Amino acid sequence: MSFSTQLPASGEPYVLVASLDNARHLSSLLRAVHFQDHATCFATSNGIRVTVEDAKCMQAHAFIQAEIFQEFTLQEKSVTFRINLSVLIDCLTIFGTGSLPGTSTALRMCYRDYGYPLMLFLEEGGVVTVCKINTQEPEELLDFDFCSTKVINKIILQSEGLREAFAELDMTSEVLQITMSPDKPYFRLSTFGNAGSAHLDYPKDSDLMEAFHCNKTQTNRYKISLLKPCTKALALSSKVSIRTDDRGFLSLQYMIRNEDGQICFVECYCCPDEDITEAGM
Amino acid sequence: LSRIGDELYLEPTDSGLSLRSVNSSRSAFASFLFAPLFFQLYQLGEPQPFRCKVLMKSFLGVFRSLPSLEKTVGKCLILLKPSANRLVLQLHCKYGVTKTHNLAFQECELLQAVFDTQRCASSFCAPARVLAEAVVHFPQTLAEVTLGAGPEGKISLRNYVEDEMEPKKTMVTELWLAEDEFQRVAVTPGSSITFCLKEFRGLLTFAEASNLPLTIHYDVPGRPVVFTLDGAVLEVHLVLATLLDPKSDLQCPMANGSVSHLPLPSDDLTDDLESYMVAMETEEEPGVPPSPTFPLHTPEPAQSDPEEEEEEKEGAVPGTPPHKKFFCSLFFGSVLTPGGPSLAPTQEVLAEDSDNDC
Repeated sequence: MSFSTQLPASGEPYVLVASLDNARHLSSLLRAVHFQDHATCFATSNGIRVTVEDAKCMQAHAFIQAEIFQEFTLQEKSVTFRINLSVLIDCLTIFGTGSLPGTSTALRMCYRDYGYPLMLFLEEGGVVTVCKINTQEPEELLDFDFCSTKVINKIILQSEGLREAFAELDMTSEVLQITMSPDKPYFRLSTFGNAGSAHLDYPKDSDLMEAFHCNKTQTNRYKISLLKPCTKALALSSKVSIRTDDRGFLSLQYMIRNEDGQICFVECYCCPDEDITEAGM
Repeated sequence: LSRIGDELYLEPTDSGLSLRSVNSSRSAFASFLFAPLFFQLYQLGEPQPFRCKVLMKSFLGVFRSLPSLEKTVGKCLILLKPSANRLVLQLHCKYGVTKTHNLAFQECELLQAVFDTQRCASSFCAPARVLAEAVVHFPQTLAEVTLGAGPEGKISLRNYVEDEMEPKKTMVTELWLAEDEFQRVAVTPGSSITFCLKEFRGLLTFAEASNLPLTIHYDVPGRPVVFTLDGAVLEVHLVLATLLDPKSDLQCPMANGSVSHLPLPSDDLTDDLESYMVAMETEEEPGVPPSPTFPLHTPEPAQSDPEEEEEEKEGAVPGTPPHKKFFCSLFFGSVLTPGGPSLAPTQEVLAEDSDNDC
């Protein structure tokens, strides 16, 4: 990790400039993956991806496509830096988090170059705030190597059905067991806590099921402490896709519609509790 | 029930599913009896009688969010599986979703407070709303309240103030309810009892929601007060120990316990013996209330001051009567009348009601 020591030279163009009329489009999405203090930002011409990792077993990404921004210019093919996510979110919400209709914070985000701090220009109601957040050397991220071709089971559910279930998960259980099967119980979430076991069954013909493609019965256990933070993303999303591959790795994709009706994605990968093999780096 | 104890006792019987709880000092007991008609399906299996208890917290965890439950849950299936040692609660929700909770339970002995509403000198019946509105005036932290019968059938409610508290620092709130607020009043004028407010409030909340008439039976201070809600498919009893009048004869009347009325347990009911022994222990010290916190200088019954000094040190906690040394523990009958599922002889009174219901 190295911090910026160079002073910005005047007149040099920024490597990344992104503008948003409503900073909430970014802040709410970042909140959905905010379970660690630090995150890695990766910007390409497609947009920005913010990644957070936990315990080398779980990884979450928030994607904000370039189209969401009112202005998005990238001078290089890609830009990566590590940043304090807590500070970033605090700055984005510096005018408060209340969402009054009609008022929104405008954002202009500028990143000059490697080693430079991230500049945020925020404006609401004529008041301007400038934030400078130091960036750090990006850390190597785990490659979960989750391949769509190796997906064994996949279901797409309306988030509404899962929200309450996730919020009420028995946290005295160390694991969350997920069973996906072409036969009963089709899709089952189980916990094993102090009070006893609890099972949540979703039949494949439920109104909540948008898609059900299960080929083989799979039961996998994941550390509940890793998955519980995903509840935030679930709360924001309208749909969630749940996939497992042949190694039992779990992929959760949340489709989030922002205030303007634009779609963003948050994706979480988690490796199963048993036989934790080191994901290829 | 969770306001009373940490454990929920379940007993399926012919007259319905009984849910009970008792507090740790055994000075508050409540039972809810849901008649078979309350359920869509009520089936008793083997073995009978079967009693178990589960942790209140675990049970409540299943029904965590009431508003969303009302919206999403269609029906709830309750299965007691003795072979697997599991109480299964299955909620059938919207969209075909099924939530199954398998709770571990412990088999246990009968939990039954011995009380007899027929032997209560005073009783009155009121809509729960009237009393709920009355207790609203008392602070949430108030531990005990005194209920009294005044002239012309008026009922008063007053916060209980320990004598040793400085008169200057205490605020006394007293309110009177006129006879016409009640549906029926049959009280001994001048009578009064003091009991714990916390559990009573819990019952009032339920009573208001259920719209069932609330009847209060009480006798003399020291004998338990019984609150009853009587409905077609539900019968609720809350039995609270009441404060002994410190100025009166301190010999514990044992009336709370009615020990003398209890038949001896049959020899083969060894699991009941433990509870019975508790009762027997209290008999060994005649004249001394079974409350463990009762001070030892009983020889001076007339003087309230030295004993109350001791009480100062107890650090009374609202809602936990045992810290008040004058509360007697409710005696808990543990005996099965042979051939019957449950209940101690004094249940005779209640049996009449349930006969009407079934």
